Amino acid sequence: MKKIMVGLKRVVDYNVRIRVKPDGSGVITDGVKMSINPFDEIALEEALRIKERGEAEEVIAVSIGPADAQQQLRTGLAMGADRAILVQTDELVESLDAARTLLKLIEKESPELVIVGKQAIDDDNGQTGAMLAALWDRPQATCVSEVTFADGKATVTREVDSGLETIEVDLPAVLTADLRLNEPRYVKLPDIMKAKRKPLETVSMEDLGVALEPQLKIVKTDPPAQRQKGVMVEDVDGLISALKDKGLL
Amino acid sequence: MGRILIIAEHDGSTLNSSTSKCVSCATGIENDGIDIVVFATSGADIASQAAGLAGVAKVLHVDNEANAKPLAAIIAPQVAAMAEPYSHILGPSTTFGKDLMPRVAGLLGVGQVSDIMTVIGPYTFQRPTYAGEAIITVEASADRKLVATVRSASYKTAASGGSAAVEALSVDANLPTHTRYGELKAAASDRPDLQTASRVICGGRALGSKENFDMVFKLADKLGAAVGATRAAVDAGYVPNETQVGQTGKIIAPELYIAFGISGAIQHVTGIKDAGTIVAVNKDAEAPIFEMADIGLVADLFTVIPELESKLG
Ligand SMILES: Cc1cc2nc3c(=O)[nH]c(=O)nc-3n(C[C@H](O)[C@H](O)[C@H](O)COP(=O)(O)OP(=O)(O)OC[C@H]3O[C@@H](n4cnc5c(N)ncnc54)[C@H](O)[C@@H]3O)c2cc1C
Repeated sequence: MKKIMVGLKRVVDYNVRIRVKPDGSGVITDGVKMSINPFDEIALEEALRIKERGEAEEVIAVSIGPADAQQQLRTGLAMGADRAILVQTDELVESLDAARTLLKLIEKESPELVIVGKQAIDDDNGQTGAMLAALWDRPQATCVSEVTFADGKATVTREVDSGLETIEVDLPAVLTADLRLNEPRYVKLPDIMKAKRKPLETVSMEDLGVALEPQLKIVKTDPPAQRQKGVMVEDVDGLISALKDKGLL
Repeated sequence: MGRILIIAEHDGSTLNSSTSKCVSCATGIENDGIDIVVFATSGADIASQAAGLAGVAKVLHVDNEANAKPLAAIIAPQVAAMAEPYSHILGPSTTFGKDLMPRVAGLLGVGQVSDIMTVIGPYTFQRPTYAGEAIITVEASADRKLVATVRSASYKTAASGGSAAVEALSVDANLPTHTRYGELKAAASDRPDLQTASRVICGGRALGSKENFDMVFKLADKLGAAVGATRAAVDAGYVPNETQVGQTGKIIAPELYIAFGISGAIQHVTGIKDAGTIVAVNKDAEAPIFEMADIGLVADLFTVIPELESKLG
C-alpha cells in the first residue's frame, strides 16, 4: 500500500464528567479537556503499525473541525503520522457531511485504506465509516479487532454481538476500529518536538468543494433521567431478603 | 405520513428479538403501514415468524444466495433499491444494524438517527449521546427519507398474534463482489442470551483471572442468568468480547442486574440504565456504581459470591 488515511475527531476527553447546559442548548465544553476520539486513536495506531511492518508507505491524519483540532493532529503527528490535513470549519458537521468531506480528500489522495474509529464518543453516532464506504462504493469492515493484508485484500476480524466474525474485503476499503484492535502508544517528548516540523495543511470546505447540508436539527439537550436512591444492605442475608422483597428471588 | 420499512435481523433460521423491538418503536411513529423485509437465501420461514408480530402489515422476503450472510455491502444496495415507497427505514442498534444502516443512509444520501430511545413525533426523536450522559432531541427533515437505528433496550418486544401477509420480493440491485464472508466464531453456550435475559450477572476487573470468573458463571447458572462483563474484564481476557456491556458493547435491560467488582464508569453504566433492579457488590464504599444501585453491598466479592451461591441452595 502506498497511503493510509486516518480520520481523527476532536472530542471531549473520555475522562471528563459531561454536564448539560442548564438552558438545554448542549453540553458544557468551555475549559474542558479535549482529545482525539479514543477509537480514532486506535485507528491511527493500527495505521502506524501497518506502516512499521513495511506494508504501507505513508500515513495521513485528517480531521474535520475547528482551528483547535490542530492540537489533535499534532498529537497524531507525534504518534507517527507523516502529515496531516485539517478541513477547518466551525460548523457542527453531521456524519454524512463528514463522509462527503472525507470522500473529497480520498479523491485527492487516493489512499488504498481508510481507517476511522467505529464511533465518536461525543455524538455516539457510529456512522461516518460506513457512510463513507457507501459514497466511495468500496467495501467496509466495521468494529475491527484484527486485520491482516495480502494480495490487495484485507482479512478482518469483526467484533459482533454473537462473537467474532471474519470477512475478506478487496482494497481500497474503509475499516472502523474497535477497542481491542490495539493499544495506542504514548507519545514521547522528542516525538512532540519532531512533530512540529511535520506538514500540517489547512483547507476549507470551499477549497474541497463541499457545501454542508445539515439534515438533523438538535432541538434540545437534557441530562439523563436519574434513578431513585437505593438502599445499602449489610451482608449477604440482607441482600437476599432485599431481593425477595422485590420479588426477584 | 408514509410507510415504515424494518430490516429484519436473523441468524438464517430464527428472527432476532431486536426486530420485534423495532416494530414496537415503529408503532409509535404515525404511519400508513409497517413492513418488514427479510434478506436470506430462503426467507419464507423467517418471514412467517415476523408476520406474527402485532402491528405489521406485510413481510417481504428477498431470497438470494448472496444473502446467506449478513454483509452490509450486499444488503444495503437491495434496501436502497426497494426504499422508494417508504418514508422511514429502521434497523436495530445491534452490531448488524450499526453496520448496515449507515451504509443504507449513505446510498440514499440521507442522514441517520442512531439509537432512537423515544419517539416524539414522526421526525423527532430522543437519543443518547456522550455515553448516555446527554440525551438529545433531534428533528430530521420531513422531506427526506428517515434512516434510523432503534435502541433495543428502550423498547419491549411487540405483542404476538399478528397475521401479516408474507410475500416474496425480487429486487433489482447491483451486488458487489468485493466483500466476502469468512466465518463466525461464537462461543457455544447454553446460557441465556445476554441481550434478552431477564437476569444478568456482570463481573469486572476485580475478578482477577479467567479461573476466578468461573465463580460468576456458577452463580449465574444457579440463577438462570446471563453473564456480562466490563471492558476491563474483556480486555484482560477473562471473558470473550461478546460479553461486554456498555457504550461500545451491549446495551441491556434485564429485570435484575448484579455487578461484582465493577467501579461504575459511565461507559459501562450507560449499558445498564434500563435494568429493573441494579445490585452492586464492591469493596469500595465510594465506588460510583453505588450512586445508581437499587441495592448496594460493600463487601469482598470473593466472600459474597460463594456465600450467595450456597445460601440460594
Ligand atoms: C472509548 C471507551 C469506551 C469504553 N467502553 C466501555 C464499555 O462498553 N463497557 C465497559 O464496561 N467499559 C468501557 N470502557 C472502559 C471504562 O471506562 C472502564 O475502564 C471500565 O468499565 C472499568 O471496568 P471495571 O469496573 O471492571 O474496572 P475498575 O474500574 O478497575 O473497577 C474495579 C472495581 O472493583 C472493585 N474491587 C476490587 N477488588 C474487589 C473485591 N475483591 N471485591 C469487590 N470489589 C472489588 C474496586 O473497588 C473497583 O471499584 C470504555 C472506555 C473507553 C475509553
